[in-house]
Amino acid sequence: MLTATQAPAKKESYLTDGYGLKSWLLTSDHKRIAILYLISITFFFFIGGLFAAMIRLELATPAGDLLESDTYNKMFTMHGVVMIFFFLIPSIPATLGNFLIPPMIGAKDLAFPKINLLSWYIYVVGGIFTLYVMVTGGLDTGWTFYTPFSTTYSNTKVMAAAVGIFIAGFSSILTGLNFIVTIHRMRAPGLSWFRLPLFVWANYATAMIQILGTPVVAVTIVLVAMERGLHIGIFDPALGGDPVLFQHLFWFYSHPAVYIMILPSMGVISEIISTFTRRRPFGYTFIAFSSVAIAVFGFLVWGHHLFVSSQSVYAGMVFSVLSYIVAIPSAIKVFNWTSTMYKGSVVLSTPMLYAIGFIGLFTIGGLTGLFLACLGMDVHLTDTYFVVAHFHYVMVGGAIMGYLSGLHFWWPKMTGRMYPALWSKVAAVIVFLGFNLTFFPQFILGFLGMPRRYHVYPPEFQVYNVLSSAGASILGLGYLIPFVYLMWSLKYGKPAGPNPWGATGLEWQIPSPPPTENFEVTPVVTGEAYEYHAQEVVEVG
Amino acid sequence: MASHATALRHHFENPDQQQEASSLGMWVFLLTEIMFFGGMFMAYLAYRQAYPESFAAGSAKLNVTLGMANTLVLIGSSLTMALAVRSAAAGKSNKVIVVFLILTLFLGSVFLGIKAKEYHDKWIHHEVPGANFHPDEWPKGVDMSHASLYFGLYFGMTGLHATHMVVGVGLLLFLIIKAGRGAYSPAWHTPVEMVGLYWHFVDIVWIFLFPLLYLIDPNFGRQ
Amino acid sequence: MSTHQVESTPQVHTKHAVHIVPVPVYLGVFFALVIGTIATWQIALIDLGRWNAVVALTIAVTKATLVVLFFMHVKYSPKLTKLVVVAGIFWLLILLSITECDLLTRTWMGVPGR
Repeated sequence: MLTATQAPAKKESYLTDGYGLKSWLLTSDHKRIAILYLISITFFFFIGGLFAAMIRLELATPAGDLLESDTYNKMFTMHGVVMIFFFLIPSIPATLGNFLIPPMIGAKDLAFPKINLLSWYIYVVGGIFTLYVMVTGGLDTGWTFYTPFSTTYSNTKVMAAAVGIFIAGFSSILTGLNFIVTIHRMRAPGLSWFRLPLFVWANYATAMIQILGTPVVAVTIVLVAMERGLHIGIFDPALGGDPVLFQHLFWFYSHPAVYIMILPSMGVISEIISTFTRRRPFGYTFIAFSSVAIAVFGFLVWGHHLFVSSQSVYAGMVFSVLSYIVAIPSAIKVFNWTSTMYKGSVVLSTPMLYAIGFIGLFTIGGLTGLFLACLGMDVHLTDTYFVVAHFHYVMVGGAIMGYLSGLHFWWPKMTGRMYPALWSKVAAVIVFLGFNLTFFPQFILGFLGMPRRYHVYPPEFQVYNVLSSAGASILGLGYLIPFVYLMWSLKYGKPAGPNPWGATGLEWQIPSPPPTENFEVTPVVTGEAYEYHAQEVVEVG
Repeated sequence: MASHATALRHHFENPDQQQEASSLGMWVFLLTEIMFFGGMFMAYLAYRQAYPESFAAGSAKLNVTLGMANTLVLIGSSLTMALAVRSAAAGKSNKVIVVFLILTLFLGSVFLGIKAKEYHDKWIHHEVPGANFHPDEWPKGVDMSHASLYFGLYFGMTGLHATHMVVGVGLLLFLIIKAGRGAYSPAWHTPVEMVGLYWHFVDIVWIFLFPLLYLIDPNFGRQ
Repeated sequence: MSTHQVESTPQVHTKHAVHIVPVPVYLGVFFALVIGTIATWQIALIDLGRWNAVVALTIAVTKATLVVLFFMHVKYSPKLTKLVVVAGIFWLLILLSITECDLLTRTWMGVPGR
């Protein structure tokens, strides 16, 4: 068993294999591309956070005293667009997925390395369009682009934003395509499907959604652009168009998109829980199949976003039933994770803290989704802060906590450095507390009737709004701290060995950081995944 | 004659794995294309059933002869493309492969030429949605109020299709140059296969576009 | 998981013989497609009411199937390819059919409160 204090070998790693900007910008190494993505999405995360800060600042008081209503519309729109399309959708797949999937399956790279690099460039171009929109007046349609406001009446940069999102969508499609082909065709000898790490299953299911759903929103954006330019009437009731048709086409992608955002995090959690309870995940097969089930069923429920849109009530009932059914695979995962932990040898490392937080917060988020799936309740709760709280619980309490968990877990592998354990745990607790203070009051606000996307509200709601804004500042601090110590660790962090956590998985058998080709010789897999025998945990980080 | 074996990329174990990966990759890409065109087909479906008369009236202004010609041209190009792939796989001479590819390119260009003529005709008859949109009315007071929906979808769907054809033409040019230099052989002809898959897909889209856009009611207005 | 390193790369994929489709098959498919096209046009000239669309689409689906099976070699392709094709059609049908479900049933039940 290797000790963690072993000095990093002088051998070349992917970080030292070629210096200079060109070697990074023209790389075909999936690990370097993952780092490029990591830098870009972190940039957009902070930009989206700035918009969130503006929102919570305005909402600290009932009157519209900080921003005009039009400006406020731009704030929540840009917050949504940036966070969803430029942070959450790429986050885990493009960073952790890109980095880890080849080593996890015993491959030297993804199936199409150059397409991988292309996907990053496409993402950057889409991001530049979005930055252009930000500095030339913004977008105020909501990230949902509902028509006919977006097609006819809005006088903000709808076309440019549409183009930016269209382009970013291609990045997502190419990542998904690469993962599907890689996982099908490049597994090491002996690595059958049911010996794969659950992280790989999760990214495979995510890739299914990326390739099947994203093209639909892409063509919908084309139609919006055509409508805005040529007024053919496709979504404008005045010309015979049907705005609800836009909503069908939009949500056909955007609902499965939320599963793009959560499935990879669930994959991370499966890895973390098993490593830090020293146990094979309970019900491995069920967890694997549930990932695919979520991907498939996730395509059948989009109409629950249209319950009050004048969609047919009959269709609403069908969507409502399907929305209850889609919760089942997620619940199966939660039960499996908690069963894994029962009587396991739990180690409260930083990734584990985030993972435990995930289980609690995702459960709350998921259950509140069921409230919304109920037709009758949705009439009362839709377009209120209840919905806002629900999706932030799953997206932030779920997806982002999972992302941070994975980032901390695999940070030693990616960089060869450990981060300071105390600070990381403090930050995890601050994130958890700040998050709950920000978003729990919003459930109450929504139930009491405060509408979303409003910059003013009745004075009796102020207490909850102030709690929420206070929580937001704590949450922001909680996100800043890891940024600081992770950057610090690159130079001053304790060098990490190949397997500081004592985890199973092919990625932990190669050096930290790995060499460019990952494996000198392709491994042959002869055992099941997660073969934990009371191994020592070397680090509690 | 293959002058060199397949350019095996370093991250693949063997040429078969590389070929299988490329093939699966192209099929997954075509899957995304099905959903991409599918969104517009959904819009078409929604509005044709909402405004059947406007759609029939708009459709009857299309030139069915040119549509038929284009359909047959594209089917022919699919045949020549399939024969080009076959020639490469069966080890025929470079010349044979190049001839079939050039025929495919030629037929594809004929398609685009006919399309350009149709678009031009629409333009001069003011049937292009936008500022200049005022198509001729049907004499019997037929409901043309939603004709812009029909023509918008016509241009959207055929325009998207034509864009894919243009990309296909570019890919064919690339193949022709490479094939002329003897790049393809039974051991390695994956690029030809892949472009072939793409080309056939674009043909299939047109197989659906033709009846849906041109043949809604060819007897419309003629009684 | 237990692994061991091996010197030579083990046989991962069996070499599949490239299936050469005979030219007459291609020509047969081509003529079927041409006949299908002419038939679509001729039948469209006959007024069958609602059935015109059904017939036209049936012929189109048949033509597409021939192209997929023979020109695109799916008949001779691995199972995974066939699965991908079926998945694509299935997902397209999800989009079309469930959206149609809304479009067709809007008048079935009232709106709450009215």
